[in-house]
Amino acid sequence: MRSLKYILIAIFCLFILQENLKANQSSFLVDKISKNLRCLICQGQSVYDSQSDFALSMKLLIKKKINEGNSEEQIYTYLKNQYGEWIVYDPELNKKNLLLWAFPLILFIIGGLLIFRKVFNNY
Amino acid sequence: MKKKISYIILTSVFIFIFIVFFKGMYKNNIYKPLEIKNKKLAEFSSKDLYFNKEININELVSNKNFTIINIWASWCIPCKLEHQNLMKLSKIEDLTIVGLNYKDKTKNAKKFISDLGNPFYEILTDPDGTISIQLGAYGVPETFLINRESEILKKYIGQLTFEQTLEIKKIIN
Repeated sequence: MRSLKYILIAIFCLFILQENLKANQSSFLVDKISKNLRCLICQGQSVYDSQSDFALSMKLLIKKKINEGNSEEQIYTYLKNQYGEWIVYDPELNKKNLLLWAFPLILFIIGGLLIFRKVFNNY
Repeated sequence: MKKKISYIILTSVFIFIFIVFFKGMYKNNIYKPLEIKNKKLAEFSSKDLYFNKEININELVSNKNFTIINIWASWCIPCKLEHQNLMKLSKIEDLTIVGLNYKDKTKNAKKFISDLGNPFYEILTDPDGTISIQLGAYGVPETFLINRESEILKKYIGQLTFEQTLEIKKIIN
């Protein structure tokens, strides 16, 4: 009888621990996603940093979506569908921002060529 | 000659960068959702402000020719300022106005309506603000014009102006 009591307590503790871990995981994911989203009101801040009403609502919605079983990628897609590419800090490569993505690479190649030429000429 | 070419290239790059930044200075940096046209309205259900009855927005919209969804709150000053424009719009026969009460106290919301008049056919509540996010709103007040097929025809961010009410009338007629 006594051992049954201990087993039940152990199961209960394990259950609490598991629930706690789940909650921590979910809140970690909410923080991670909200850090990658632009605040709707204070446009220089992320949703994570902002304390505006809409940022708080967005964090709540992200939490709901995670609890419904949506993945990180699905949440980004959903929000992009509602607000456009603008909402994420890491925009996808497309025709409009091609130059923005390519420019650092072009500069890197030109710089590399210049250095290579300089070194090659010295020899 | 080589030096001259590098000088010309450097100057043109500098001028190009200067023009880009100079033009950027005069560009409005506040986000405006331009690609909203004909987007389907997000489906949601919410409780009615007065009777606490669960109502589905699509059911509400589907049997009306045109519907306006107005996000408002009693604590929002621009909402008070735009209210008279909503009152005028509520007189249009082909138009139904649905209010979405954003993060508000029921008592204050009811007082707001009894003081300023009720332009709404139905007032739904959004106590935690998540419905407004699902709608793609980004501030209070915000107004969506929707057709029978649940397509968003227009979205007005901020206080609804008199000119915008004229535009709505023009779209409906």
